[in-house]
Amino acid sequence: MGIEHVAGKKVGTIMLYALSTCGWCARTKELLRSLGVEFDYLYVDLLEGKDQDEAMDQVEKWNPAGSFPVIVINNRKSIVGFREDEIRGALGV
Amino acid sequence: MNLPVVTEADADRLFSTLQREAGEGGYHLNPDAEFTRNLVRGLLKNELRYGYRSCPCRLASGKKAEDLDIICPCDYRDPDLAEYGACYCSLYVNEAITKGAKLSAPVPERRPPRAERQANRAVRTVVTVSGGPAPALAFPVWRCKVCGYLCARDQPPEVCPICKAQKERFERFM
Repeated sequence: MGIEHVAGKKVGTIMLYALSTCGWCARTKELLRSLGVEFDYLYVDLLEGKDQDEAMDQVEKWNPAGSFPVIVINNRKSIVGFREDEIRGALGV
Repeated sequence: MNLPVVTEADADRLFSTLQREAGEGGYHLNPDAEFTRNLVRGLLKNELRYGYRSCPCRLASGKKAEDLDIICPCDYRDPDLAEYGACYCSLYVNEAITKGAKLSAPVPERRPPRAERQANRAVRTVVTVSGGPAPALAFPVWRCKVCGYLCARDQPPEVCPICKAQKERFERFM
């Protein structure tokens, strides 16, 4: 398992860090899909060992609490948690 | 990693058990059945892959001793219910939410981050080793770290009679 790509309208570089079992992660992914934007996502719980540690380093860089979901937009801005209005606003859709 | 398979029958069974136990203990599951069922599937998936039902919304380490605080119901559920009306996952919610009230924002993570947990573990080990003498009581008092239930007896119960947490979730209180 690694980074999965979802095709859609290009509004920027969108990376979603998530867990495969988490309800709010699922809601966030559904929102991005319903907005029809292009994005990548990574289920960190499906990684093992060093791969998982490295992914967590990335998550903590954007969100020191290390919680999920985290959306990183254009490698500049991050949104922690399912915040629908904020996500829509940041993506301009 | 091969994904463990959670059957719908297993999910049904756990869903109804959790619903019954929540009701008996004065707790409420999220009334959004589809959302809640997904979390129940997550709990079962975690039980299959880690050997314990860790929180579906947090990354487990796979080491039970390091994850006792996030075995569902987690140590943070009750403070989050009191402060935000829902647990971190929103598997458990307060009565107002069962009646249609909405969460205004995601529940923030109350569990300390990775580095802090590692540091705390080191400290806790030292405290355990050098713990002072117990006060003069006829029985030790045990506290359930999940719901706060207290009991004075030689050993904590196998299962908390209030919130069903396992014996290992109890701490010596007095």
